[in-house]
This record gives sequence, structure tokens and C-alpha cells, in this order.
Amino acid sequence: MPTQAKSERLMNLVICLLVSRTFVPKSRIRQIVGGYGEQSDEAFERMFERDKDDLRELGIPIQTGSNDPSGDEEPGYSIRRQDFELPEIHLEPDEAAVLGLAARVWQHASLAAATSRAVLKLRAAGVDTDTGALAAVEPRVAVEEPAFWPLWEAVRDRRPVTFQHRKAAGDAPARRHLQPWGVQSWHGRWYVVGYDVDRAAPRLFRLSRIVGGVEPVGAPGSYTVPAPAVIRTAADALVPPRQRNLARVRVRRGCGYGLRRRAVTAQRGDGWDLLTVPYADSSVLADEVAGYGADVVLIEPDEVRRRVVERLRAVVGEPA
Amino acid sequence: MTRRPSGAQEQVSRLLSLLPYLLSHPNSRVADVARLFGVSEQQILRDLNVLWFSGLPGLAMGDYIEVDMEAAEGEGVINVSNADYLARPLRLGTDEALALVVALRTLAAMPGTYDRSAVDRTITKLECAAGAAAERAAAVRVEVDGDAVAGVASTVRRALDEKRRLHLSYWVPGRDETTERDVDPMRLALADGRLYLEGWCRRAESVRLFRLDRVAGIALLDVPADVPRQARSRDLSAGIFQPSPDDLLVTLVLEPAGRWVADYYPCETADEIGAGRLRVTVRVGDPPWMRRLALRLGGTGRIVDPPDLAADTMADARAALDAYATAGALESDRRAEAS
Repeated sequence: MPTQAKSERLMNLVICLLVSRTFVPKSRIRQIVGGYGEQSDEAFERMFERDKDDLRELGIPIQTGSNDPSGDEEPGYSIRRQDFELPEIHLEPDEAAVLGLAARVWQHASLAAATSRAVLKLRAAGVDTDTGALAAVEPRVAVEEPAFWPLWEAVRDRRPVTFQHRKAAGDAPARRHLQPWGVQSWHGRWYVVGYDVDRAAPRLFRLSRIVGGVEPVGAPGSYTVPAPAVIRTAADALVPPRQRNLARVRVRRGCGYGLRRRAVTAQRGDGWDLLTVPYADSSVLADEVAGYGADVVLIEPDEVRRRVVERLRAVVGEPA
Repeated sequence: MTRRPSGAQEQVSRLLSLLPYLLSHPNSRVADVARLFGVSEQQILRDLNVLWFSGLPGLAMGDYIEVDMEAAEGEGVINVSNADYLARPLRLGTDEALALVVALRTLAAMPGTYDRSAVDRTITKLECAAGAAAERAAAVRVEVDGDAVAGVASTVRRALDEKRRLHLSYWVPGRDETTERDVDPMRLALADGRLYLEGWCRRAESVRLFRLDRVAGIALLDVPADVPRQARSRDLSAGIFQPSPDDLLVTLVLEPAGRWVADYYPCETADEIGAGRLRVTVRVGDPPWMRRLALRLGGTGRIVDPPDLAADTMADARAALDAYATAGALESDRRAEAS
């Protein structure tokens, strides 16, 4: 059973490095950790290197050093207990309930696995996460874009990346070089914000428009990330712009709730109501009003009204 | 790229949590531990077998971790000892801390779900425990409907806690109607960054999802909620928008300026037909919604099938143009009077 043998060896190696107060030289490890002794020199070297990598990938902090830096003693390995162990943590019942809920949030295989591992560690440390409470709340964050995980890793490790990106749905993809600052989701869609190296400016890219893979193009930690406020400004394009303009619309009674709920004034008429509606972009408002057909008539401003009529004419095939 | 962890890596990762758990929970049952760790009972026994062969360097008598394999295999009860040096689990990895803290921050932004202070306290404690690993969490943000629906969300939460019926005035955008209905609440859900009430709609006599930002009015009724036994929560993992095979299949031709539609709505098929145009088919549960979309597209996208839906949309546009012609006349009358 190769997995069993390897797991035993890895466990014994972890225990050996954790309980020793000094750096343990490689030759000593070979003698006292089961599974290494019977290997040839070359096989042992390969096996030991691989085992160290495997443990480090699990987040186990294996340090290299010497007990006698001035001497020429063989360097050794050690795991410092304070770097290895989860610090003391105690959660109140309401906090435990919240943690149980947080563990259910991610709809992404790697992130869901990461939260489950974290919760198991906390349970092993005596935190009783409550998965039953708050059952009536179902928070889900989905991630479907394949570009998400490599960008998460890039943001985590501060590693520059390159990818092909379509500016709009129909455009040909263009190559981009980005120092990613963060990833964020807006109404279920994921974006990456960062410093666009080619354009020498902050930029925002929608993940679903990334074509093909995201490749690292530099060393981890090779750039700095600006203050959160700067990132927020760069990502402001996601948030709807402030609505500074006012339009007057006639809305048939019982219709146009989307407009009614943000109307600043409403005047009742005979079967129709006259509303004042704030808006930011005349083209967006014209789209919305056109969608209501004959149930909403935009009175003012003329510019938006012309746009609505243009859209309706295009639908029936009349020249604008 | 991260490579897939090997079987031994996965097992060791689990063992480093399993061992402290077992040390602090004597007499745990194999079945319970298997459920908690999300593996089979067989796997837990295999894990115990690894622990049984592990111990202090040298592995002399008395160095081995003590595992009562007989009791585990026979009575299904686990007792482990002589491993005090692994009494605490491994600290949180960067991905683990990040995933958990981002999830908690998302909950903190979701109104009406629970005590905000409990979320904040949990975040602080976790950040402390995770140390540097949690620092990068600010780089990942999930924006959710927040303050705008806070009032409605807190009423929904109260109804869930007190198991009471709700009355909703709910806007159905497809038909642009505000409908009145009584709903027995089942869950408050977050999906695609928006908040939803899932409940048994007494008008539709089925389980429905109501988007909170479309609730025009909400009242907590003095009637106990009565969710029928056959009511089943929807599986939200596939997303909120779940086309049904019974839905109408609509074919649209999108001009370059209308291609965004293919990004926003799940299409059954999408074919390039030249000159940057795209032909897509979409499942539509609510045909009036598609007529509205076609009006919005204003010629940048056209319904080509079914033909009667295309004709209805044309009729809608003509009626609207007539309304503008009339309103235009009225408007010029008014201006004439004013001058």
C-alpha cells in the first residue's frame, strides 16, 4: 500500500522535526525516520526532497538552518512550533453559527475545499462550529469563470500575469499584461482590477471575457499593491454612476414599477401617473423606457425622448 | 499552476486535524468522525492505521502513537493517546484563511441575516488566528445588495424566526405588474450578489424565489406560516436562472451592438453568421419578458422565431410609437397654450 507507507513516513518526518529542539541534519533524519533507512543514497535524496516539498505545499513551515552557524556542521531541518500550530481561538455560540454559515458560501471546488479544511482545523482546535443554526439562510457565491483561480493565486502571491481579453463580446481578443490588485464580484459577475502594464494605468477586466489561460509572467511579490482607496476608485466603474439628471415620464397605473420605485416625485393622473425619475445615462434610460412599450411615455428631456423613439422605430424597421 | 495534492498529502493534511480532534474528543464514533471529515468509515480506519505506525523518532517501544484499533474496528469507537506533541492542528493556510475571511465579509454585507456584531467578532478572531495569511483578504470582494434592501430583509428574517406568513406586493418585470400575494417563508438566500426570499407562494401554490429589490411592499401577518410538506427548496448551486425544457425556445439575431445579450443570458446555442452578427437561441419562461428585451434592443437584436412573438413585439413598438405621436401632440398643445 504505497499511500500508507508514504503517509507514515511524512507523519514521522513532521513529528521528528516538530519535537526536536535543534535543527536535525539530513543524515540523522535518514537514520531515525522510518522508511528512509532502507533506500539507496540516490533514492533517499530524491525521496527526501519530494517529501519536504509535499509538506511545504500543505503549509507546514520547514526551516533550514544550522545549530552552529560559525562551524562547518551539516545544515539541518526543523519546524518551529509557534509557526506550525494554530493559535488559541475560542468562538462564542453565535460566532460559531456564523462560521458554520461562512463555510457554506463558496460554490467553487477549490475554495469550498479550502473552507472545509479551515473549519476542520478549527473543530480540531476545540471550536464547535454549528452547521445547523441559521439553516434558514442560504448565502451562495458562485464562481464559474475558469480565469478565477489563476487570478486568485496571482492576487494572493502578487504575481504579474498575462492573458487574452475581449473588450466587448464581438471584439477580437487582445493580449494584456496586468499586475493584479484584487478580484471582485458585482451581481454575480467577476472582475479583476489591477495595473495594466501596457497602458500604464489601472484597469478593470471582466473574467468571462478572458479567452484561454492566465499565465504568470514574473516572480511572486514583484510589485506593490496601492492602498485600498486607490483600488476602490479603480473599481468604481462597476458601481452605477450617480444619477444627476431628471426625466419626466408618464406611466400607466399599475405599470413601470422599476421606474416608480426610484421616482422622486409622483403626480396621480387619470389612469396614468406623472413621475420624475433621476438617471445617469440617457442611453441606459432610453433602453429601459423602450422596454416598457406603450405603458411608459417619456416626456422630457427631448434628447432621451428622441432616443426612445429611435429604438422603437428600429424595431418596426422604420428609418430613424 | 498548483498540482493536485497526492493521496498521501491529502491523508497527512487530514491526519494533522484528525489527530488533535481525536485527542480532545475521546470515545468518538467512527461514523461521526467520518461524516465530520467528509470521508468513508473505511478511510477513517485506514487513517488510524497510519497513526498506529507513527510516533517519536526512532520508534522504540513507547514512542508509537497509541490507537485502540480493536475498539475502532469492532465497536466503532476511537481512542488515541501518547501524541501530546500533535495536540493542536496546523495553522490556517493562506487559501483557507482567505476563503473563510472573504466569505465572512460577504455575510457581513448581507443585511437582515443575523447579528452583525457576531460576524465582525468572528472576523477579528479569525484574522488574529490566521495572522499574515488573512492580510490579503481585502483583495477579494463580493459586492452584494446591501442597504437598499435592508428593511425588507429584516422583515423577512423576522418572519422566518417567528414562522409567520408574509404579504408581498411583488413586481414581476416580465409582465411589469405588481402582484399581491401571501407567502410562507422558507429561506433567505444570497445568489449572484442579490438577496432572495424563498417561500411557498399561496397564490401560485408552489415554491417561488422573490428578489428583495423587487418587493414593493411587505407586511408581517398575524398568521403562522404553513409550508406544505411537499415544498422543496430549489438547488441554487446551478444558479438562479434555470431554464426549463418546457420553456419557449426563442431565436434572436444580434447585431454587433447587441451581442452583450449572449453574455448576460444563458444561450442554448450561439452561431456566428457573419458581419459580426450572432444567432442565438434562448429558453424563455415568460414570453412578455422577451418582448420587452426586444424593444430595449431597438433593432440591435431581433426575434426571428417564433414568428408570432416577433409580430407581437412589432405590435408593441407600433403601439408605443402611437403613444408618442399622441403625447407629442398633447405636448405641443400645452406649449402653444403656455406661450
